Parts: sequence; structure tokens; C-alpha cells
Amino acid sequence: MIRCERLTYVYGRGTPLEVQALTDISMTIGAREIVGIIGATGSGKSTLVQHFNGLLRPTRGRVLLDDVDIFAPRVDRRRIRQQIGLLFQYPEEQLFEETVLADVAFGPRNLGLPEDEAHARARRALEQVGLPPDRFGSRSPFALSGGEMRRAAIAGVLAMEPRMLILDEPTAGLDPKGRRDLLDHIRRLHRDHALAVVLITHSMDAVAQLCERLLVLDQGRLVADGPTRAVFADVSRLTALRLGLPQVTLLARRLRERGLPVRPDVLNVEEARVAIREALAVRGRGPL
Amino acid sequence: MVPPLITVRDLHHTYRPGTPDATPALQGVTLDVGPGECLAIIGGNGSGKSTLAKHLNALLLPTSGEVRVDGIDTRDPDGAWLVRQRVGMVFEHPDNQIVAAVVEEDVAFGCENLGLPPAEIRDRVDQALRTVGLESLRQHPPHRLSGGQKQRVAIAGVLAMHPRCLVLDEATSMLDPQGQREVMETALGLCRRDGLALVLITHAMEEAALADRIIALDQGRIALQGTPAEIFAKGPELSRLRLEPPELARLGRALVADGVAIPPGLLTLDAFVEALAPKP
Repeated sequence: MIRCERLTYVYGRGTPLEVQALTDISMTIGAREIVGIIGATGSGKSTLVQHFNGLLRPTRGRVLLDDVDIFAPRVDRRRIRQQIGLLFQYPEEQLFEETVLADVAFGPRNLGLPEDEAHARARRALEQVGLPPDRFGSRSPFALSGGEMRRAAIAGVLAMEPRMLILDEPTAGLDPKGRRDLLDHIRRLHRDHALAVVLITHSMDAVAQLCERLLVLDQGRLVADGPTRAVFADVSRLTALRLGLPQVTLLARRLRERGLPVRPDVLNVEEARVAIREALAVRGRGPL
Repeated sequence: MVPPLITVRDLHHTYRPGTPDATPALQGVTLDVGPGECLAIIGGNGSGKSTLAKHLNALLLPTSGEVRVDGIDTRDPDGAWLVRQRVGMVFEHPDNQIVAAVVEEDVAFGCENLGLPPAEIRDRVDQALRTVGLESLRQHPPHRLSGGQKQRVAIAGVLAMHPRCLVLDEATSMLDPQGQREVMETALGLCRRDGLALVLITHAMEEAALADRIIALDQGRIALQGTPAEIFAKGPELSRLRLEPPELARLGRALVADGVAIPPGLLTLDAFVEALAPKP
């Protein structure tokens, strides 16, 4: 669906503050994928995704949506921004309407849809993020809790009916319940609504639970691209890149160092539970 | 019995009091922070955590009730600087806390405000930068540092004041995993090794699990308090407070349910490793 070909981006080109933010990135993201982008602060994650919907224009290389260069002449970039929904950090700071429903309907109305269609879309989007419109639609967005405001902002993007949803640190600042609810909704959107999802986060636990594939950025370069389990297998590299492992994966590795033969590539509590039980059973029968 | 360093008594705080928008944020909080203690304060969004933190160094003053630091009432007009010298805060956004163009000047800022002699300031800045492991970056411009390094500069600025307590208000939430490790290791080291009291305001339950004691707030009141093991054993109550046990606690419960012989209430990586694969 999205393809980057040798994408390079330079901020402040021709000024003394010129910084090469992305270097020679080539990769594709398919229409049904759920992909995590991880990397240290300043590694280029947010810069990369702003190319996916044409907010930034490559300095060199190309970005293609369905095999069409999004900066080719006569490409309607408003249509691209409708198809590729991008949520920045703290998107709730951009809520502004008097009611939740009006706020969520703002995007579709702006697309030129008639009022009743815009409202129908807004209601569907609110339903999708777990804010039933009958209960939440007429409230002020500013009277919602932090997690609810975040989900209302996501509904605003979903109401555009995008094919891909890009979320930049969507759980930052949310309490544990708000975080879990939001991640569950993202998982469901991907599964039930055939939405491609790109998740930028510092939470290794979140990508382990949600993403099938990880892209790893380091100083503007794509240094790893593969299935989540495979990426987390290269521990020394991740540590060198200022990243880490999910808690349960870290535990499995520490247990192995102590001689308990636990499978080292577990990604969640359930996998860790099974792996530890099996390892204890093996040790119970073995010479130790 | 060692007297507490900080005492909070029946603390109420109302934002915009006397207006139609009056919002009660704290409604009768009473707690002590002991010298050298590591206390985590957890709670849902809007439960009053950050409001409480700001009372610990007189950034906010009680609507009613009382906060004392080392015996000094935070409402005492001459007391604010004495309180802030004893309790230093580091906030969530690293960029909002940098005031100088060079790391060592930034660290010296608080001491200069105390009016200390230059030689004394230099000693304190050296010591503080050594403690947080940034002496090699002392001449660097802070904006070129990583988020974790910026937060450690902020911690060094607090340490140079020779405080008795460090308050971290979501100080790791914007950082990459390495930055989170750096800040937590630095802060816990100061607490365990140097006897500094540490108050962690956090949404990260695995950070709270490292504390000696946890207080959970709900609508401006203390809803739960106890050791991490006690708190994280209260599943249904936690979820009512919009909280949940850390991942490892859930794993521990699952293993106990499977009949694996480990003590209940394990929370940290080290504890799991010792229980499941003790050193031969």
C-alpha cells in the first residue's frame, strides 16, 4: 500500500542547521498490516510517517501510495490525507468543537459530505473507539477524561474513513486502564475494520502485544525490518540502539542465563507462562 | 522512631475556588514521607497525583490543611525557598526545564539563586554531575542531549541544592527505553545509596513496583496504601481505580495458579530470577 524508495529527508536544507533526518529508506507496508516503528528519541520515526501522507516531501527518493508517487503532478494530496490518517502526539490538544459529535464530524464535513452523512460517519467512528454516540456525542470534548479525549481525537481521523491509521505515541500520559482500552481498540480496528495500522511508541510491551512486524530506526536509517519476534531476538543490537525488550522477554533471557532452559523469544504473559512451566518440567526430569 | 521528612495533614486543594468552575483536586490527604524512603504515588488520570506533588515543594499551597517539609510550613512566606532547597522536582517534559545554554550552568542555576559562594557552587556542580554520570558533557549545550540525559541534567540541578527529597512527576514518560533506564537507575541509586527520599509519580506500574510503599489516589483521596506486593494483590480494587498490576505480577499469579512453587506477590525481574532459578 505504502512504499518508500530510497527516501532521504533533510531538514533546513542549505542552512547552517541542516540535519539529515532520514537516509535512504526503502520499505513497504501492506494494506492489512499492523506495524510498529521503534527507535531512540530523534531517530526519525515521526519524520518518516509524515512522508506517508504527504505532509513532508522527500528531499530525495519517492513515497508511493498504491504504486503512485504521492508528489507526482496532478495527484490530489487531500485525498491522500483522507486515506492515510495520521495522529500526532497528544492529539486531544486539537479538539475544539462544542460537542464531541461536531468535533468528530468536522473532518468529513470538510470533505464536502452532506451534514447527515458527516454525522453518520462521526457516530460510526465514535462507536468504533468505544464512545457510544448516544452517551458521549452531545458532551463537550473538554469534559471527557484523558483517555476518552484521546479516543475522541482518533474517532475524528476514523470518520475520514482512512485505509491506514498512523499513531504517534498514542498512550503517552494515559493511566493503565486508559492505555489498555486504547490498545484494545486499536487491535480491534485492525482486526474488524481491515485498517492498516502503524504504531510509533517507546513501549516495547505495547509493540510486543500488538504488532506483527517491527521497523527499527537509528539516526535516520532503517536498521531492522522483520517479524516482531525476530527483531526482539537481537538483544545486543536493541540495547545499543537505546531500546530494550518487553518485560517478559527480558525475564526469559535472564532465566536462561541462570540455566533454566526457557524459550527466549516469548512476547507476552501467556507465552512466558507456558515457556516457564515447560522449562521447569524439563529441569524436574533432567540431571539437575 | 525517625521523624518524617514531609508531613501532609488533611490537605485540600481546590482549583479556581469560589468560582462556578471550582474543582476540588485534593480532598483530605494525610501522609508522611520518611527520610530515605521511596514512595510511589499512582492513580488514574485526574486523581490528583500531580497536584499533590506540587504541594511537596510549595509550588501550590493548601486550600486547607497543612504540608510541612523538615518542619517548615509551606505556607510560611519565608519558607518557600527553604522548602524548595529540601525538595526538588523533575517534571515530564525534558525541554521545559532547561534554563541555560551550557550543561554546567544549568546545573548551577538553583545554587546561584541560593546565593552560595562561587567555589562552593563549583564543588556542588562537580559532585552533582558526577553523581548522575554526566561530567564529560558539562560543557555541552543541553538541547543537544538525549531526553534521558536532559532529565539527568535536571536531576543534577536538584542535587546541587543538597535536597533531602527528589520528586519525579512522570519524569520517564517521554523517554526512550534507554532514557527510562538511565533516569530510574540514577534516582533509585540516590535513594538506596545516598539516603535521599524519592517520590515517584507514575503511570508505569513496573516503576511503582520498585518503591518501598505505594499510595493510590482516587478523586483526590487516598484509596489504597501499602507495599507494592500488598497493592498489586488487590486486582478488582485496582481496576476500579483505573490501575492494573505490572505485567510480571500477572505472570506470577498465572504461575502460582499453575502450581509452580514460587512465593506469591513477586513483582520485579530480580525477584522472579531468584525464585525460579536461584544461584546454585
